[in-house]
Amino acid sequence: MEMFIMSFTVFVLAIFVGFEIITKIPPTLHTPLMSGSNAISGITLVGAIVSTGTELWITTVLGFLSVVLASINVVGGFMVTNRMLAMFRKKS
Amino acid sequence: MYDIIINFAYLIASVLFIFGLKGLTHPRTAVRGNFLGACGMFLAVVVTLTDRHIVSYEFIILGIIIGGAIGAALAIKIEMTAMPELVALLNGFGGAASIFVAGAALLEADSITNAPLLQLTIATAASGLIGAVTFWGSLVAFGKLQGIISENAVLFTGQQVINAVLAVLVLGLSVGVVLHPESFSLYWILVGVASVLGVLLVIPIGGADMPVVVALLNSYSGLAAAATGFVLSNNVLIITGSLVGASGIILTHIMCKAMNRSLTNVLFGVMAAGGDGGPTADEVYGGKVKSASPEEVAMLFDAARRVVIVPGYGMAVSQAQHPVASLASLLESRGTTVEYAIHPVAGRMPGHMNVLMAEADVPYESLKDMDDINQTFDQVDVALVIGANDVVNPMARTDPSSPIAGMPIIDVDKAKIVVVIKRSLSPGFAGIPNPLFALENSLMLFGDGKKMVLDIVAALKES
Repeated sequence: MEMFIMSFTVFVLAIFVGFEIITKIPPTLHTPLMSGSNAISGITLVGAIVSTGTELWITTVLGFLSVVLASINVVGGFMVTNRMLAMFRKKS
Repeated sequence: MYDIIINFAYLIASVLFIFGLKGLTHPRTAVRGNFLGACGMFLAVVVTLTDRHIVSYEFIILGIIIGGAIGAALAIKIEMTAMPELVALLNGFGGAASIFVAGAALLEADSITNAPLLQLTIATAASGLIGAVTFWGSLVAFGKLQGIISENAVLFTGQQVINAVLAVLVLGLSVGVVLHPESFSLYWILVGVASVLGVLLVIPIGGADMPVVVALLNSYSGLAAAATGFVLSNNVLIITGSLVGASGIILTHIMCKAMNRSLTNVLFGVMAAGGDGGPTADEVYGGKVKSASPEEVAMLFDAARRVVIVPGYGMAVSQAQHPVASLASLLESRGTTVEYAIHPVAGRMPGHMNVLMAEADVPYESLKDMDDINQTFDQVDVALVIGANDVVNPMARTDPSSPIAGMPIIDVDKAKIVVVIKRSLSPGFAGIPNPLFALENSLMLFGDGKKMVLDIVAALKES
């Protein structure tokens, strides 16, 4: 229970941080925001890596699938966001 | 000691993600922000690879290579007009990854102890549920955006009842997973039923409501990651998941406000049937619509000092963003001021039009938000509407009984002249006629968006 309260505290505080930052992002960048948040939500990769590396074969299979999916998110998300953001230029 | 180092690295990664998002508050700092986020991810992955529980690396490396290659290929190949499809797909993958990680964690916990912690089992059920709804909902959204599934609202009788039954069933199964964590199949049954629910929740939502749905699924994918964080008691997952969850919720809210509809109305209600009691197309248009040729429109532009372009989804469909941008730079080279008015729900996802115009090399300062530009429309000589319909329908302001009543619109009708490029007088998503087309100061240019703009450019160059 103690652990849950700790985790839950982090969860609630992080939501507030998220609200504070994201309300300041201008509408022009809303699409890169979505693809960029896709990329960081690929953080599930961290959990997937540990599951894949364990001894149980079935968790290895499940872990492997999630490593593939999360890696698509991470690599695809960051790259496509970078590609989009590079196109936003100032008036010359 | 080892745990301290790992958790400290995760904390740094979380901070980098926060700085990364902060970078997105301005186009100037955004590229660096994205880079900081990528650094955070790299750090988190590298420290995780040193985890003592890992006994073999083959499948980890293989998975990262396969996933990374697919992700890179998607990111490089994707057309900017297809960005909503890609984001929908990535939302879905995030959800699916959560399903599998939570499933694996449940198995591992079962193999170690007979009674896994309550936090783990509750969070596992939540991960499976949210993950499955996100994955299948996103696949349906992807299918609709791609045109594989009908873009229109797919409705059948008893839909609400079936959804309600499924929702109760899903909650029951979740309780089952919590009470009997040792039964692995129960978890997968939960995932299966939640999958059906995910499909049924998105299938009744029509094309123009896609921005809301894509944003909402974005939020779900974050919440799924946060739930997986609770499963693993891993703070970096919890923090990141809540950041993404918050982001999706805010975007969802902005989209709903821009349509003057509540989220429940978008998700469960169907837009009021168009035309009921309202004026018919014949009453609105009868004999009052004036059509023009590209040459005539070019002459109007030639005389204009201030021009505002209003792009909509139709511009994306006809891939007209590059011709539009070259029209704008041609006008600017002749001393005309050109700006773009962007409605928050124009296109199929938040910010869709901005990315398309950025792709066509339009500087971001020229892209104006609806609220900023609306006050200045009486000083606009020519407003050019291309591929937009409901977001410029003045009925939203004037007719309280209209299905779009109260929706904030771009006030193009207040410009001196409005030129609308459109294939025909067919109604937009709301299914209602648009009195804008019949206004005294409106001219219709019937045809394909891209071709018409190119014709105007050619005519301008000749004059």
